[in-house]
Formats: sequence, structure tokens, C-alpha cells
Amino acid sequence: MMFLANPVRFLRLADTLLPWFRWGALLALALGLYFGLFASPPDYQQGDTVRIMYVHVPAATMGEGVFVFMAIASIVALVWKHPLADLAAKAAAPIGAGFTALALVTGSLWGEPMWGTWWVWDARLTSVLVQFFLYLGYMALWQAFEDPAKAAKASSILAIVGVINVPIIKFSVDWWNTLHQPSSIFRSGGPSIDASMLVPFFIMMIAYALYFGWIFLWRLKAEVLARRVQTRRLRMMEA
Amino acid sequence: MAAFLAMGGYAAYVWPAYAITFIVLLGLGWTAYRAVKRQESALERLDAKVEEGRE
Repeated sequence: MMFLANPVRFLRLADTLLPWFRWGALLALALGLYFGLFASPPDYQQGDTVRIMYVHVPAATMGEGVFVFMAIASIVALVWKHPLADLAAKAAAPIGAGFTALALVTGSLWGEPMWGTWWVWDARLTSVLVQFFLYLGYMALWQAFEDPAKAAKASSILAIVGVINVPIIKFSVDWWNTLHQPSSIFRSGGPSIDASMLVPFFIMMIAYALYFGWIFLWRLKAEVLARRVQTRRLRMMEA
Repeated sequence: MAAFLAMGGYAAYVWPAYAITFIVLLGLGWTAYRAVKRQESALERLDAKVEEGRE
């Protein structure tokens, strides 16, 4: 991890990795769309709305995963002062917010035909909405300070405290009576849905993860370059 | 084809879900790409200024 502290080395690594993430993500997305929309059956209960699962569950899972990633990066930033760690968390936040928003909207589009309502204030939906606001708060906190070091510290603390919400989302369907169905894929005892639906699901999951990697590297690269612009400006003012 | 587009009567839910996913993912990619380009051109402008200063 520590060797990435050198921004030149990071930029070189990012440029090597970017095409792999890009082509991997595009390939997986194409495959996932093919399996999700054409080569998989409608559900015996939910009909073709089950296809919403292939965009909904990966978005929700990534929304949670990105928050955990942000919290870990924030701990690394606070404890080990790794110079890229808080930038990594900052770069990941808008992507996680986007995934969470997608989980909410596609969930709503699935809820209306299956539950008869776009929205309920049950534990699952509410905790995901809270996560969305945590992302917005995190991003706002970065903007709220003149001093970037202070902004980094305050937002790191928010990410570390806010990650408590992730297990609440995960177990909300077990702890409370929710309209949202319990997990049928990431559950103890293995997935309870048919292989014909697991294939498009896992391909889409991989596609979302690779897409995150691609966009994340771009955003982090932009952050590193922005820091370089800043130091160069300062040096020019001194000269 | 018509049957495929109809999505078993759920076209009004399935297609918007895929459309919004497409739009948001594309938007995330576009803003990230723009962010990189903005910093790259800022660096180029600074380098040009340094060159001017040397002459």
C-alpha cells in the first residue's frame, strides 16, 4: 500500500490499470445485459420485473461496498497518514452516492408493480436513504472547509462513524419486519435463486465493480493532478 | 420483438430502471473524465507560464 504514497508511481499504475478496467467493465456490461434481458427466464412470481434485480442489487451492494471502502481509506488516512488515502475516499464518494441513488430509484420501480407502492418507510428502504444522505453529507463536508487538511479529517470521521449504517442496511431485513424481501443471494446457506438468474446477476455484479474501478481511478487521478496543480501554483507565487 | 419490448406487461417499470441506470453510470463516467481533463489542461497552462518566465 505504502509504495502508492508516491504520486508519480500511482499515476503510472493508474494508467496501466485503466484500460483493463475499462474493457473489462464494457465486456461484462454487454454480457450482463445480454443474459439479463434475453437469455434468462421471467420469474414465476414476479414475471419480467425480476430483470430489475440485475441492475438493482448490484447498485445496492456497490453502494454499501463503496462506503466500507471509504471508511477503510479514512482509517488509513487518519492512522497512517497515507497521502493518497483521503483522496481515495473523496474520489469514491460521488460514485457510491450514484450507486445508492440507483438502488433507491430502481427499487422504487420494482416496488410499485410488486408491492403496489413506490416507497415505504420500512427499515431497509429508510437505512438506504440514510446512506444516500451520509454520502451527500460527506461530500458537503469536503467543501465546507478552507483548509484541505481540516476537510480531510472531518470527512474521514464522518465516513468512519457512518459506516455503522452498512450492517444496519444488511441485516435490516432480518431484524425488522420489512416489505423488502430478505436476501436471496448473499445469505448463509447459499443463494436460493435459480442458476439461470444467478448468471446474469453475477456478471452484472462484476460489471459494476469493474466500472467502479475504472471511474474511481479516473477520479483519483484527477485528485492527484489537482494537488499537483496546487503545489505548482504555490511554488510559482513564491518564485 | 414486440413481446420482448412489452416485458410481460411490465415495460413501464423494467425499461425505465435500465434507462436510469444507463444515464447515471454514463453521467458518473463523464464527470470523472471531465475532471481529469480539467486538471491536465490546468497543468499544461502552468507549464506554458513557466516556459514564458524562462525566456
